Amino acid sequence: MDAHALHPATSTGIPNRKLAIWTFIGSECLFFASLISVYLVYKGKSLVGPYPSEIFEIPLVTVGTALLLFSSLFVVLALNGCEQGNRKKFLGWLAMTILCGLFFIGMQVYEFTHFFHEGLTMQKNLFGASFFTLTGFHGTHVTIGVIWLLSIFIEGVRGHVPPAKALNFEIAALYWHFVDVVWIVIFPVVYLMNS
Amino acid sequence: MATSVLDHAGAAGIHPEKTGLWAWITTVDHKKIGILYGASAFIFFLIGGLEALVIRLQLMKPDNNLVSPEFYNQLFTMHGTTMIFLAVMPLSAMFFNFFIPLLIGARDVAFPRLNAFSYWVFLFGGLFLNASFLFNAAPNGGWFGYANLSSKQFSPGLNMDFWAIGLQILGIASLAAGVNFFVTVLNMRAPGMKLIRMPMFVWMSFITQLLVLLSFPVITVALILLMFDRLFGTHFFVPLGGGDTMLWQHLFWVFGHPEVYILILPAFGIISEILPVFSRKPLFGYTAMVFSGCFIAFLGFGVWSHHMFSTGMGPIADSVFSLATMLIAIPTGVKIFNWLGTTWGGSIQMKTPMYFALGFIAMFIMGGLSGVMHSTAPADLQQTDTYFVVAHFHYVLFGGSIFSLTGGAYYWWPKMFGHMLDEGLGKLHFWLMLIGFNLTFFPMHIVGLEGMPRRVYTYPAGLGFESLNRIETYGALILGFSFLVFIFNVIKSTRSKVHAPADPWNGATLEWSIPSPPQEFNFPSIPTVHGRDAFWEEKRAHGGKLPEPARVSGAGIHLPNPSYWPFLAALGVLLLFIALMNHASKLGPVYIFAAVSVLFFSIFNWVFEPAEG
Repeated sequence: MDAHALHPATSTGIPNRKLAIWTFIGSECLFFASLISVYLVYKGKSLVGPYPSEIFEIPLVTVGTALLLFSSLFVVLALNGCEQGNRKKFLGWLAMTILCGLFFIGMQVYEFTHFFHEGLTMQKNLFGASFFTLTGFHGTHVTIGVIWLLSIFIEGVRGHVPPAKALNFEIAALYWHFVDVVWIVIFPVVYLMNS
Repeated sequence: MATSVLDHAGAAGIHPEKTGLWAWITTVDHKKIGILYGASAFIFFLIGGLEALVIRLQLMKPDNNLVSPEFYNQLFTMHGTTMIFLAVMPLSAMFFNFFIPLLIGARDVAFPRLNAFSYWVFLFGGLFLNASFLFNAAPNGGWFGYANLSSKQFSPGLNMDFWAIGLQILGIASLAAGVNFFVTVLNMRAPGMKLIRMPMFVWMSFITQLLVLLSFPVITVALILLMFDRLFGTHFFVPLGGGDTMLWQHLFWVFGHPEVYILILPAFGIISEILPVFSRKPLFGYTAMVFSGCFIAFLGFGVWSHHMFSTGMGPIADSVFSLATMLIAIPTGVKIFNWLGTTWGGSIQMKTPMYFALGFIAMFIMGGLSGVMHSTAPADLQQTDTYFVVAHFHYVLFGGSIFSLTGGAYYWWPKMFGHMLDEGLGKLHFWLMLIGFNLTFFPMHIVGLEGMPRRVYTYPAGLGFESLNRIETYGALILGFSFLVFIFNVIKSTRSKVHAPADPWNGATLEWSIPSPPQEFNFPSIPTVHGRDAFWEEKRAHGGKLPEPARVSGAGIHLPNPSYWPFLAALGVLLLFIALMNHASKLGPVYIFAAVSVLFFSIFNWVFEPAEG
């Protein structure tokens, strides 16, 4: 049985899994919109410090943001390599994407630890609670994305992701872009709009 | 003649479907999952109904002490939560599962294993919520869980933990099913089944999925924040720490109002299938019905604050939400008139489903009218927290959703189980339900306007509430009895030796073109659709009734393999939340690690398991 017979054409022409990940992303938008709204509603409402302006380290987070942004470019190049059957391009850029993701997670772990030592906890004030919840859930999404991409990398190394199965990678890449786009909102709203 | 169909099939060398517990646990067949949804939801419906009966017995006479005030709080909270999340939503899900693929001419949903996962997560969530009774700690803060009643300070027990965590589990089930059916409707339609030819039930279900996808993330966030407050000591909804209790209400009702349409739109869809078939006329104003459904869903996201008129939002917010709420009467009115237009001049056949459909229209209009009364903010201030509101939402949720779902059960029963339900008992069920329902809920309008408050475990004598409350309790008992008639009817039909024909009602849609119950692969060959009411078209082209479709061998048709990974993944979800609940215990981190391992292990095996044989 060839793949085509097993998966007859869909009504829209879009593969089911691709439509599903777009649908899921649409739903996730509301999830992050709610978390961001909560952060904004509680902005400036903390009764005690530490306050955001005392504690943020913009340069470090900027580097993390830049790397996450670049990883979106890298994952496009990797997908392009995968679709062309260019193994070196596929796995090389995918490795770069994963490294960027890992760096971002590392940055967040460092940041959270640092804040903790400065006395900011979820229990301390509303800033701590809403900040850790929002960025923590984003970080969890990045972590799941890294695990997903890593398993595709391992499958790729074993030669299980030929161009015909590039969709397996494409839906992970779509998710990765989404996680990235959410951060593009979080970074200015949380870190930069902070006068 | 119909009786011989099954024997005939056996002779043709068709393998019977596998049965037994393992077959049900590993099934990925949308029809079996539909039946699982239906059976579980009906049991939860009976539990919720029993809770309601105890509430009614407590309120039968003034100063009654059948139950304690504490237990009364648990009863009304669990009654509301159960009926909404464990009865009406999954009963709709039963029809989504069984009938969306059949109505659009597909062999299964887009993601059969995800479908099984949704069901198991729903079941575990429902069991988790109800397990709270075993700890004498059922949720007790209302189905809306208003902050800061739900905070650790005012609800120190496990009660609201069960609620906040149980609803998160159920939310995962709804979201997974939402993605699945959204994709199924868009992508799995048979050739020629354009969107604008889809049966109205599919349209309304499709819009419902969109509402689920956009509103459940919001309640998920609200529940996560509440859980953090309760488990980890944050102050999202704790005023002492600066938290804003109004934020809870906004997040809750941004979900809560679309949720109302999640409960009623599938019911609209079912009615729109029943009325044309028993009026022998196509649905009147099909496109207007589609667009009014879309408009209701759209407006549904802009009216949440009408649940909050009494919180003092100010005249501008009150006016805007008042007007937006009144607007909803327009698309809903369009629907009512189109249903009436469908029956107008039709050759009406008064079968049981038709009774429920007509009963639905009458009862839903009454609920709709009291809804318009609430939309006026000054009037609402008088009605808030009284039994008038209880009357309103039971007219739309029971008079609306449950009447329609019951009608749908009578309509589709022969297709699902291959036996007809008895017409006489069905009509008895209808009349008992209609009378019992109105006796229970109509007097609530009056006692409500007279000032009887909701959610209070008793009332003093001498306020004029006694006789009406007694009538309400008698009504509730009749209502409960009507479902015993239904159960008797079901048992009787199961024992019946007469098999239902494929098309007992001269139906309009594709599910009637295949044997009752359908074979595992639904359609021996995928149908081609040439217009709305596809099966009527087919029969017209044929020049009359089609011959009884034979059961055929499904050899060569590829079906998804059964899988136990969805079940295990769902178990992982449940374990994860139980572990979170016990995170503070000595082994807390171990529990969480173990649960995450089960979840990841199941998901990985699921992903790498070959889906089709």
